[in-house]
Amino acid sequence: MEWKQRHVLDLDTWKREELHYILEQTSSMDELLDRPIKKVPALRGKLVVNLFFEPSTRTRVSFELAEKFLSADVVNWSASGSSIGKGETLRDTAWTLEAMGADAVVIRHGAVGAADYLARKLKKSVVFNGGDGAHSHPTQALLDLYTAWKKIGSLERKKIVMIGDVLHSRVARSDIIGFSKMGSRVVLSGPPTLMPRSVDALGATYDPDPRSAVKGADIIYLLRIQRERQDEGMFPSLDEYHQIFGANESLLKLAGADTIVMHPGPVNRGVEIASNVADGSQSMILGQVRSGVALRMALLFVCLGGVRQ
Amino acid sequence: MLKDKARVMTAQDIERILKRMSHEILERNRGLENMIIVGIQRRGVYLANRLGDILAHFESTRVPSGVLDITLYRDDLTLLHDQPVVHSTSIPEDVNSRKILLVDDVLYTGRTVRAALDALMDLGRPESVQLAVLVDRGHRELPIHPDYIGKTIPTSKSEVIEVRLNELDGKDEVVICEREEG
Repeated sequence: MEWKQRHVLDLDTWKREELHYILEQTSSMDELLDRPIKKVPALRGKLVVNLFFEPSTRTRVSFELAEKFLSADVVNWSASGSSIGKGETLRDTAWTLEAMGADAVVIRHGAVGAADYLARKLKKSVVFNGGDGAHSHPTQALLDLYTAWKKIGSLERKKIVMIGDVLHSRVARSDIIGFSKMGSRVVLSGPPTLMPRSVDALGATYDPDPRSAVKGADIIYLLRIQRERQDEGMFPSLDEYHQIFGANESLLKLAGADTIVMHPGPVNRGVEIASNVADGSQSMILGQVRSGVALRMALLFVCLGGVRQ
Repeated sequence: MLKDKARVMTAQDIERILKRMSHEILERNRGLENMIIVGIQRRGVYLANRLGDILAHFESTRVPSGVLDITLYRDDLTLLHDQPVVHSTSIPEDVNSRKILLVDDVLYTGRTVRAALDALMDLGRPESVQLAVLVDRGHRELPIHPDYIGKTIPTSKSEVIEVRLNELDGKDEVVICEREEG
């Protein structure tokens, strides 16, 4: 297959065969994580800069691990303690990175379109979107697709129910696009105050009652509830949210014994998910973390590996 | 475009050659003790399986066999054509202190074998590594020499040796091809 994506910014331009190709490649990388020596020389001599304007644990650490396992040189640049904190514009930062010879930049930014902007400013480097505002988080969606695909096989005609704050979630948007492209049916649930206005434009349907939504679900995907949404009056209290929308054992029973439970982390135990469900046998949460490293290795190798003409 | 120029091995030739190589392997190693056969993805894997079958027939013991993917170790990846595909590596047993018989279809520059040796060393410390190839076509760029050679075929650099195997290509043969413009 010919790989046409230069950057990884959003999944909306991806074809299903491209998604599939990345899943297959991730599977080969996954196997590498079991080896005694996980380091391979595939990206020797490549410089990758991780540029994080927002706090992040999973995304930042798994990108860094993936880069290191592929033998790239890694520079971590965070907003605090650098020129970004001194008020440098993103454009100047971009040019600085390119002048330093960065082959790739991973960017996490609070503003929608930041990764896209960087990609337009950089002539040589490849840009990986590590999350931009409430817009897109493509690597999270890809690792979720991989985790589900590895566990339940083909995602065609599967039902995924996402419960929670869809409105503010870049993870939800990217996952809806990704799962839909793989042929899955996406059903959203959660308080109507936390739903985007046009759910169907995303290719999903909305069911306000999670107890009916999860019937026949192959995957229950829980979105993180940010505590400040309560202060904004989006829902009355965290307790009440948990009572109505939280994933507990009785909700899981309504779905079925083979339903898998996913969550992008970090988990709010006792809010969107009960502790015994998060730690239970149907939970894929730690599997998602491992997939995150393998998936990012696959993407880095596909976009940076070899000699480009 | 590649155009077939001459067929240098038939299915029967390949079978005879693999049998002869199996005898050489047994003779050199005085049996199969402590050995693991490792095929390099992709055609080396099928040749390794066939050698394993023949050896099992001769000695009535089966040597463990594994597959090695070297895509991540290559130094000559160019993305002019298709995207490189990383296949899986799976070696069923610990390689530490074992005799490894590395199998590939064609030995050319030696860069694949160099990459395979690196990949193997990352999995452990074998007692020794031997190399078996179906075709040695010359033009080495590295100091690498095979222990077992199916056939030495002198070629020019503009030619391509195609090893076709039943498992992948529907028939067994080795053909010299020439690159054509267009």
